[in-house]
Amino acid sequence: MDVLGDLLFDYTLRTVALGSAVLGIVSGAVGAFAVLRRQALLGDAMSHAALPGVALAFLITGSRTPLVLMIGAALAGWVAALAILGIVRASRVKADAAMALILSVFFGAGLVVLTFIQRQPAAGKAGLDRYLFGQAAALLEVDVITMAAVGAVAVLALLVLWKEFKLLSFNPDFAASLGFPVRRLDVLLTSLLVIAIVVGLKTVGVVLMSAMVVAPGAAARQWTDRLGVMVILSAAIGAASGVAGSVISTTAHTATGPTIVLVATGIVAVSLLFAPRRGLAWARVRAWRRRRLLALETVLADLAALSAQHAHEPDHAHHVAALYAVRGRSIVDRALAALAAQGLARPGAGDTWTLTDRGRDRAARAERPHDAKAGAS
Amino acid sequence: MTPAQLEVQIVAVVVAAACAIPGAFLMLRRMSMMSDAISHTVLLGIVLAFFVVADLRSPLLIAGAAAVGLVTVALVEVVNRTGLVREDTAIGLVFPALFSIAVILISAAAGDVHLDTDAVLLGELAFAPFNRFTLFGADLGPVALWVMGGILLINVIVGGVFYKELKLATFDAGLATALGFSPVLVHYGLMGMVSVTAVGAFDAVGSILVVALMIGPPAAAHLLTDRLPRMLGLSVVIGAACAIGGYWLARALDANIAGSMATVVGVAFVVALLLAPERGLLVTGRRRRRQRWEFARQLLLIHLATHEDTPAAAAESRIDHMQRHMRWQPDFAQRVVQSAAERGLVTHDADRLYLTESGRNAARVASVA
Repeated sequence: MDVLGDLLFDYTLRTVALGSAVLGIVSGAVGAFAVLRRQALLGDAMSHAALPGVALAFLITGSRTPLVLMIGAALAGWVAALAILGIVRASRVKADAAMALILSVFFGAGLVVLTFIQRQPAAGKAGLDRYLFGQAAALLEVDVITMAAVGAVAVLALLVLWKEFKLLSFNPDFAASLGFPVRRLDVLLTSLLVIAIVVGLKTVGVVLMSAMVVAPGAAARQWTDRLGVMVILSAAIGAASGVAGSVISTTAHTATGPTIVLVATGIVAVSLLFAPRRGLAWARVRAWRRRRLLALETVLADLAALSAQHAHEPDHAHHVAALYAVRGRSIVDRALAALAAQGLARPGAGDTWTLTDRGRDRAARAERPHDAKAGAS
Repeated sequence: MTPAQLEVQIVAVVVAAACAIPGAFLMLRRMSMMSDAISHTVLLGIVLAFFVVADLRSPLLIAGAAAVGLVTVALVEVVNRTGLVREDTAIGLVFPALFSIAVILISAAAGDVHLDTDAVLLGELAFAPFNRFTLFGADLGPVALWVMGGILLINVIVGGVFYKELKLATFDAGLATALGFSPVLVHYGLMGMVSVTAVGAFDAVGSILVVALMIGPPAAAHLLTDRLPRMLGLSVVIGAACAIGGYWLARALDANIAGSMATVVGVAFVVALLLAPERGLLVTGRRRRRQRWEFARQLLLIHLATHEDTPAAAAESRIDHMQRHMRWQPDFAQRVVQSAAERGLVTHDADRLYLTESGRNAARVASVA
């Protein structure tokens, strides 16, 4: 199996990989903003809602040109987003219900149009059902070129209005007070999200495309606190999962959408666990270290307290049983080993322990932290 | 109407009613999108349970699917609780992943499983009458009717028995906790209801229509009433009406039944949004327009009353002065004056306005109130 060679020379695989890379970059970059703006579920609603757009565009024009279908999908997604905003503004129905409603109603309407098309004898209707779960292997060069062109517009808009979108994402009230047209920027950024979704529809499908705008952003967020880095990282993660997923799906003949989504989710899982500073694994390590340090300090203080009872004989050896009396056995044993390793205490004959001079110093400092500070200043 | 057509409609109505009950609480608790998540992930439960029992008709499939529905809820909570991503992102990460696993498993076992991912999403209600439930050789109707009837019964009983708990936890979670009802238990109980309903409905109508039937009718009912029992009843009625309407739309268009029903749910919501007796856009629009005129008239009267019997009265009472003073469009000013005159609040000669006695009174009332 020579995947690298195939990537370069096999026409299908090259097309697929390029297309998925484009899809990943666009959805990753734009999706990063969606994650920050809590629009993850709006993306889900819009990608489902794109289905009637695809079907209607085909029904009206009779063409399967990627650009035509993309425009149809984008219009439907856009109308859905506006409908959700409109319902929330005009009625007591909350955003979550508006999204669920629009998502299912648009998707249902899309199914009606789709079955309507399928029962017509027209030629060239095949392939529309691929928009449900996506089929990377069906990507043609013209698809990839259209995806790249449309995606480039979205990414370019993101770069041109970078400062405005940044402000909008983190502090819309401040943006409004500075006189930025917040409403229009909001609609524009949401429109870019629609474009990002539309770019990936044929590869990933309407059902799962939402994951592609959420996962890369969520993963990238764990590695950095800077927006610029996050967006670039998110685009890279999107591209990597797109390429890896579509290559796997083409060689293993699995549905493309689910495969890409699983790769992206895997990257999110790794990021949540192992990203420096925010990662859960590091949090565990930090907690464990803190616990160990606390145990060490506690047993050190215990030993110091014991030796204070023998003020005239600082080197009096204390039996370990005296320590067991006040702390858990395992804590004492581990802490004593650490104390010995750091030269703060030393074992004596018959399970006894004595503080070293350094240990006594440290215990004294720990007991009177304010004095220690005063002495230092 | 053939018996098969009748059966399809009965199944659809039962599905709609069964969905509306947990859906109403879901919507009121602002967790509508969980219906989307659960209705997708129960597929994984069906697939996994199928691998264990190797029988697509086993009731264990429902149990497995419901369990995965609860796993979805728990996973969302686990991811959410890490504090690393927000709740919407957590939902958006968890359910596509679980759904993807299910789709891949199905396609991997395509030869053995008669599960079609398309059918799962779209459902094919038209086939419901072909799958009969027979007992000792007697034909007792479609299986789907028995399954969904059972689930409807469960939902009605659970909703009835725990009505108080559900209501309290939905509207005042803090008080519910203080009174000793566990919000976690209520939460998972409701999610269990949603999962079981989603699985049962899934087979008949597909996952997307589950979302439409769970959220659409309650959202429409929410616009029509302020009382929970009435809202639940209305949700069931609206859902049933949409189911029947959707069926006939599908027949007329020769299209997918589930899709048509979802479309009709959308239409029903729009109708409620426009025509609701108190909150409908039509009524509120009319009310707002009426208030605008009324306010303009009051403004005019107060203005006239303020300057009446003052040296400036002649200048202040000119009609064209209103345009400048109130920044009214000439046309609008003319119509305000006209409507005030029609109500006997003012009289006017060529260009000057005079308050009538009742106009003076109205101005006094308006400025005090």
